[in-house]
Amino acid sequence: MEFRKRYSSSVWEEMDKLQREMNRLFDSSNVNRSGAILDFPAINVWTKADSGQVIIAELPGINPDDLDIKVVGESLTITGLRDLPEQSEDLKYHRQERGFGRFARSIQLPFPVETEKIEATYEKGILKIWLPRAEGDKPRKILVKSNS
Amino acid sequence: MTEELRKTDTQKQEIVEENQVERTRETRLFVPRVDIYESKDDINLIADIPGADQDSIEITLEKNILTIEARVVTEKPVDFSLTYAEYGIGDFKRKFTLSNEIDKDRINAVVKDGVLSLKMPKAGPAKAQKIEVKSA
Repeated sequence: MEFRKRYSSSVWEEMDKLQREMNRLFDSSNVNRSGAILDFPAINVWTKADSGQVIIAELPGINPDDLDIKVVGESLTITGLRDLPEQSEDLKYHRQERGFGRFARSIQLPFPVETEKIEATYEKGILKIWLPRAEGDKPRKILVKSNS
Repeated sequence: MTEELRKTDTQKQEIVEENQVERTRETRLFVPRVDIYESKDDINLIADIPGADQDSIEITLEKNILTIEARVVTEKPVDFSLTYAEYGIGDFKRKFTLSNEIDKDRINAVVKDGVLSLKMPKAGPAKAQKIEVKSA
């Protein structure tokens, strides 16, 4: 279940990550200073070692124009907005379980990506982001020459 | 606004056992999150069912039980392995008991971007029936 980073850059970052995980477990949500939730959407990560990763998130009911996907260095950020539910004085809510508001999710990637070739699709409420591993970062096979 | 967000659980809720009826399909089953609100003329139900589309959603109304079922077809990226998972993938199912005041023939369902919207018009004002008590 643990998303391994190639380098653990600092102990503090690990501590922050642990805290986020703890918040996720106990308090369900984690909100930043501007009110955006940081642990939405939930993601699944599919990896193919040498070619890259596919990050999939369930984001029902989002206008794709409101989605902003950025890769800076080895971190991916998905920010967006889920519209406020219809509100009016004539409406009476019996149940409100669906979350709404701003979200900003950052994900640490295990390798640098080929930023030009990132592709994202949004279909049936599911966001898929294809992150190809940077050419320069791919493992190379080294030939061993013998002089004999 | 953030108050509400804090309260909202970001995790999907899984149905572990449903009246001891087991499933034959080899997928997990989740409860979709819903909003239900009432306006002057109708009752609206909005459900999050990411991964389902109009062909895979089944809405049935039997007596007063409204059942929403949505099948989710999982497409695994070929040759990739799941290295990190925060949510499970599976079908959605949830049942609601409707009150009598709904005009069952005029229920309207629309799905867009993994969100199902059900509009259930209220039936005309039910006539209050007064029962006279006779003295024997």
